[in-house]
Amino acid sequence: MGIVAVLLIEAIPFFGDVSVISFLTGTKWAPLFADKSFGALPLLSATALIAGMALAVAFPLGLLTAIYLSEYAPDVVRSTVKPALEVLAGIPTVVYGFFAISFISPNIVRPLFDSETIFTALAASLAMGIMLIPMVVSLSEDAMRSVPSALREGAYALGANRFQVSVRVVVPAALSGIVAAGLLALARAVGETMIVTIAAGGVPNLSANPLEAMQAMTAYIMEVAMGDTPRGTVEYRSIFAIGMLLFVFTLGLNLVARGFIAKFREVYE
Amino acid sequence: MTTVRMRPIMTRVAAKTGEPAQETAVDYAIEARSLRAYYGENLALKDVTLPMRRNYVTAIIGPSGCGKSTLVRCLNRMHELVPGARIEGKVLFGGADINAAGVDPVELRSRIGMVFQKPNPFPKSIYANVAFGLKINGHKGNMAEAVERSLRQAALWDEVKDRLNSPALSLSGGQQQRLCIARAIAIEPEVVLMDEPCSALDPIATMAIEDLIRRLKERYSIVIVTHNMQQAARVSDETAFLMVDQDRAGYLVEFDATERIFTNPSHEQTEAYITGRFS
Repeated sequence: MGIVAVLLIEAIPFFGDVSVISFLTGTKWAPLFADKSFGALPLLSATALIAGMALAVAFPLGLLTAIYLSEYAPDVVRSTVKPALEVLAGIPTVVYGFFAISFISPNIVRPLFDSETIFTALAASLAMGIMLIPMVVSLSEDAMRSVPSALREGAYALGANRFQVSVRVVVPAALSGIVAAGLLALARAVGETMIVTIAAGGVPNLSANPLEAMQAMTAYIMEVAMGDTPRGTVEYRSIFAIGMLLFVFTLGLNLVARGFIAKFREVYE
Repeated sequence: MTTVRMRPIMTRVAAKTGEPAQETAVDYAIEARSLRAYYGENLALKDVTLPMRRNYVTAIIGPSGCGKSTLVRCLNRMHELVPGARIEGKVLFGGADINAAGVDPVELRSRIGMVFQKPNPFPKSIYANVAFGLKINGHKGNMAEAVERSLRQAALWDEVKDRLNSPALSLSGGQQQRLCIARAIAIEPEVVLMDEPCSALDPIATMAIEDLIRRLKERYSIVIVTHNMQQAARVSDETAFLMVDQDRAGYLVEFDATERIFTNPSHEQTEAYITGRFS
C-alpha cells in the first residue's frame, strides 16, 4: 500500500504537467531533450514486445519440459532435473544480461539475422526467455503432478497411450495452473529490469522490429534513477508515472491469472 | 431380499487344482493361469487360476489385502503401470496370452474396459467423457449416436440428456460412476472389469449400478471385485474367494457357482468368511 502511495504522490504532479492522454498515446519519448516529449508508447511497446517474445520462447519449451518431467521421466531424472532447474532460477538476472550481449547477440542473433548492433530487443528476449524457463517448468510441473493419478488410470484403461494421457487428460486438467504459470512468467518478464537495461539498447524506439535497440519501461526507470536528474523535476517525476503504468500492467496480469485460476480450477478430493 | 439368479451351469469348472477344464463347450472371456503378481519383491498374488466365462458376471470376494484389485489389474495389464510391478504366469484373452511379445497393452485395454473404485470422470463435459475413448480409438461414424447409446446402456441418458455439456463433476457420485461405466462401454470392450465400483456410493446408487450390471452381462463379460458379499450374491453367476496367507500374499481358495459358494461352499475358510466369522 505504501509503495502505491509513493508512486501516486510523485505521479500525480507529473500528470499536472503532462496530460494523461498524451502520456498514454504519444509516440515519442524524449524526456531529457530540450524539446521534451512524454509519450509512453515506445517504452510500453518495447516492454510488451520483449516480454511477449520471451514468453514465446519460455512457455512452449517450459511446458514441453514439464510434460516430460511429469509424465515421461523416470524418477531418477525428475529428482535430478527439478532441483537443477531451481538452481538455474537462482542465477542473478545481471548474468543473463551479460549472457545476452556476450553470447546470444554475437553468436546467435548477428549470424542469423545480420543485425547492425549487439543491443537488440531480440537478444534481450532470448536471454529473458531462458531465464523464465525454470519458472514455467516448475509451476506447470507442479500443476500436472497434482492431477490425481486416478484420472491417468481412467484414460489408460480406455486404451489411451502415454501421449494421449498427457495431452488430452493431464494438460487440460492442469490447465489453470499451466496458464497461471505462463501469466506469472509474463508478469515477471514485464517487471524484469537488468536484462533489458543491459542488452536491449536503451533507446526509446517505437518499432515492432526486434532487431532494433529499444528501451523498456523498467530500463528507463533505471536510467533516470542512476542519472543526475534533480528531484522534483518533471523528468524525475516521469519515472514514477512509468512506474505506475508498470504497476497497473503487472497488476492487470496478476488479476487475469487469478481470475483464470478461479474459473478453471478443478477441485479434486 | 437376496435372490441369486443363476444360469444353468453346464460344466463344472475345476479351478482348485490349477488345470482348467478342457470342455470346449465352455466359452471363456478371460482366464488367469497360475498367475503370480509382484510389487517389487513382494508377492501379492500367488498362483491364481481363474477362468471367467463369457457373458457371465464373475465376482471376486475376499478380505482386505487379499489381492482382489491386483488380480483384476493384471487382466488388462494395468498392474504393470505401477513402478516395479510384474507378473508371472499367464492371462489368456480369447485364448491368447496378453503378456506375449507383440501384444500392445494400449490396444488390449481398449478391448478390456475398467471401472474403478472411486468414480474418476475427467474434468470435462459429460459428453466429452463418453466420447473420450471413442476419439482416441479413432471412432468412425456418428459420435453423438454412440454417446447416446452408451449413456442409455448405462441407464444415465434420461438424467443427463438435457445437460450433456455440463461438467461431469457436477453429477452425483452414483451418476459419476454410471458415467464411468458409460465411458468404459462406449468403446464396446469384450470384458468390463469393475474394481469395487460401489464402495464409494450410497445404497440407492449401489442398487442402480447392480441393476445395470445384471443387464450389461447380456452384451459384456463382467468381472467385479467386491467387498460386499451380498452384492456378489446379488449380481454374480460365479464367485471366486481369495484369502491372504501369512506372507501377505493372496491366493484363490475356492471358485464355483455363486449359489454354491453362498449355500454350500467346499472350503471351511469360505464358509467362515461367508458367515461373517472373520472379515
